[in-house]
Amino acid sequence: MIVQAIAFYLFAAVTVGSAFLVITAKNPVHSVLFLILAFFNAAALFVLMGAEFIAMILVIVYVGAVAVLFLFVVMMLDINFVELRQGFQQYLPFGLLIGAILLVELILILAGSIAAPDALAPAASPAPSLDQVTNTHALGAVLYTKYIYLFQGAGLVLLVAMIGAIVLTHRKREGVKKQDSFAQFARRREEAVELKKVEPGQGIQ
Amino acid sequence: MFVAKDLAPLVPELFVAVSAMVLLLYGVFAKGNPTRTVVWASVLVLVVALVLVWQVPAGRQAVLSGMFVTDSFTAVMKSLVLIGSAVSLVLSVGFIRQEEMERFEFPVLLLLATVGMMMMVSANDLISLYVGLELQSLALYVVAAFRRDSERSTEAGLKYFVLGALSSGMLLYGASLIYGFAGSTNFTDLAKLFAGGHGHVSVGLVVGIVFLAAGLAFKVSAVPFHMWTPDVYEGAPTAVTAFFASAPKVAAMALFVRAIISPFGALVAEWQQIIILLAGASMLLGAFAAIWQKNIKRLMAYSSIGHVGFALVGLAAGTSEGVRGVVVYMAVYLAMTLGTFACILAMRQKNGLVEGIDDLAGLARTQPGMAFALAVFMFSLAGVPPLAGFFGKFYVFMAAINAKLYVLSVIGVLSSVVGAFYYLRIVKIMYFDAPGEPFLHPMPRELGVVAAVASLFTLLFVVFPMPILNGAAMAAKALFP
Repeated sequence: MIVQAIAFYLFAAVTVGSAFLVITAKNPVHSVLFLILAFFNAAALFVLMGAEFIAMILVIVYVGAVAVLFLFVVMMLDINFVELRQGFQQYLPFGLLIGAILLVELILILAGSIAAPDALAPAASPAPSLDQVTNTHALGAVLYTKYIYLFQGAGLVLLVAMIGAIVLTHRKREGVKKQDSFAQFARRREEAVELKKVEPGQGIQ
Repeated sequence: MFVAKDLAPLVPELFVAVSAMVLLLYGVFAKGNPTRTVVWASVLVLVVALVLVWQVPAGRQAVLSGMFVTDSFTAVMKSLVLIGSAVSLVLSVGFIRQEEMERFEFPVLLLLATVGMMMMVSANDLISLYVGLELQSLALYVVAAFRRDSERSTEAGLKYFVLGALSSGMLLYGASLIYGFAGSTNFTDLAKLFAGGHGHVSVGLVVGIVFLAAGLAFKVSAVPFHMWTPDVYEGAPTAVTAFFASAPKVAAMALFVRAIISPFGALVAEWQQIIILLAGASMLLGAFAAIWQKNIKRLMAYSSIGHVGFALVGLAAGTSEGVRGVVVYMAVYLAMTLGTFACILAMRQKNGLVEGIDDLAGLARTQPGMAFALAVFMFSLAGVPPLAGFFGKFYVFMAAINAKLYVLSVIGVLSSVVGAFYYLRIVKIMYFDAPGEPFLHPMPRELGVVAAVASLFTLLFVVFPMPILNGAAMAAKALFP
């Protein structure tokens, strides 16, 4: 138990610390690297909770794809981060004040109210208990049966995102050479090769 | 587990989604520019879907673990959505050719947006509500920015995207609070939980409903969540604006009604004040802010904010009669808006499209037919009696008065009087001002047909109101079992 507690506090502290560094680091590349550190520690927290599937997804999707994409964008685009940060200190007190007011309000409201006792019955988990199946298995069992509608709907959303990205960025440019393999295959020997008889001492004209 | 029987209510959605993918593939592989073919094929797909909507098994069907529901409310609202989408596509035919937007992805995106709207109308769960809403919104963000070389169009797309994402965040936060405090996201389960009265209502749940309503108000552009509407309507290509003002408005309003009435119908006292505030503020802003507008698209944006306010009056009543009013209002609004935009799209001079209200000066002398149609729509939008717009307002206010919402009704009547000023100003400019540069004659055929049909509907509603009224009553009854 004590080992678990120590591990939790270690991972949690590193997560919060690196998340803080993400927004304070001067160099945007450092920010992204701290973000990756935060993701890894959050994944470790999920493992501690017994949610190994979400932990792995977090590493694969967020570290493997999203963070690398961020890094790519930060390095590709020439963004002046010093300029973006201007006015940060000026807005900071006001932002903190609004954030604090909202937080206090939400805590007051949410702490003061409890869910109705019989409201929890419909929320009872449809998945079998964790000591019978792994949670990857449990998720897979409902994702393609009970939630097939949402799964397919989310697929359509991704299709729209893909079409949108292509429509808004792809444009036909003039003068770009493209490989046309059919034209290459269709070429015959006579079109491509010409035999010349070279007389000695004269060369080709 | 699902079986084929479960898919029967989904046939219209499946048909439109699969057709959209087939047309996408056709567009990619076809030789030449396939846009014209794809546009007309999409219109055909929507018409077939309209037939299919009425072929699904009658009565209430909740399938796919209760996430998708069909009943007469969904049938009526989906019909309006499909008509709105199909007519907007017809309106866009000439526009996308002349404005160099002729790419086959445009009709495909509109089809996918329509699938999203149908999913919204049929949503019976907070999660399926969100998935449908995102499908629709994402496609709309893209078409708003479709003319990416135009600064205004990209600005409209970006603005819509950022604010839409914000509103989705609020909606999701509300949904998570509702799930946390009620234990379910399913509308049927929630309705069962609250049927007993107020025993299960905690403050957290009410906060959740407020956030949910705020997110939905964003999508229907009700005050105070309307800021994006004028800029997006003005910046987006006009054919896209016509689409925005028609089908998505109807779908979002249908979603609003269902998401409030179906799970929280028993808790009228908890959400009524929110809707009253949204309705009152929208009507007032729609009436006053439109007075100073010089651009007709911007004017239509404020007008649509006002009309959303009038429709919400019916929802604020919280009764079956009120919902009937909302459905009638949306049907009438759809006809008036599509007709008006058909006229706006015909405002083409030698140098291209114009959008100024002053450009309409003396239209009655140069193009009497178009001027008459536009005058009919303006009188109807203002709510002048024998026209359809009057009956839309009549039914929502009758419901509000029966629900004892006297103050709201008075605000509504007063703001429609103020609103009449700017609608009638357009009529005055068309009929009594000296003509300026005339529009290119004649009006394109498809625009003329749409304007003529819409103005006939607006004029003759008083003679044949029964189909719409009966349909609306049937739809409203489905929400109040």
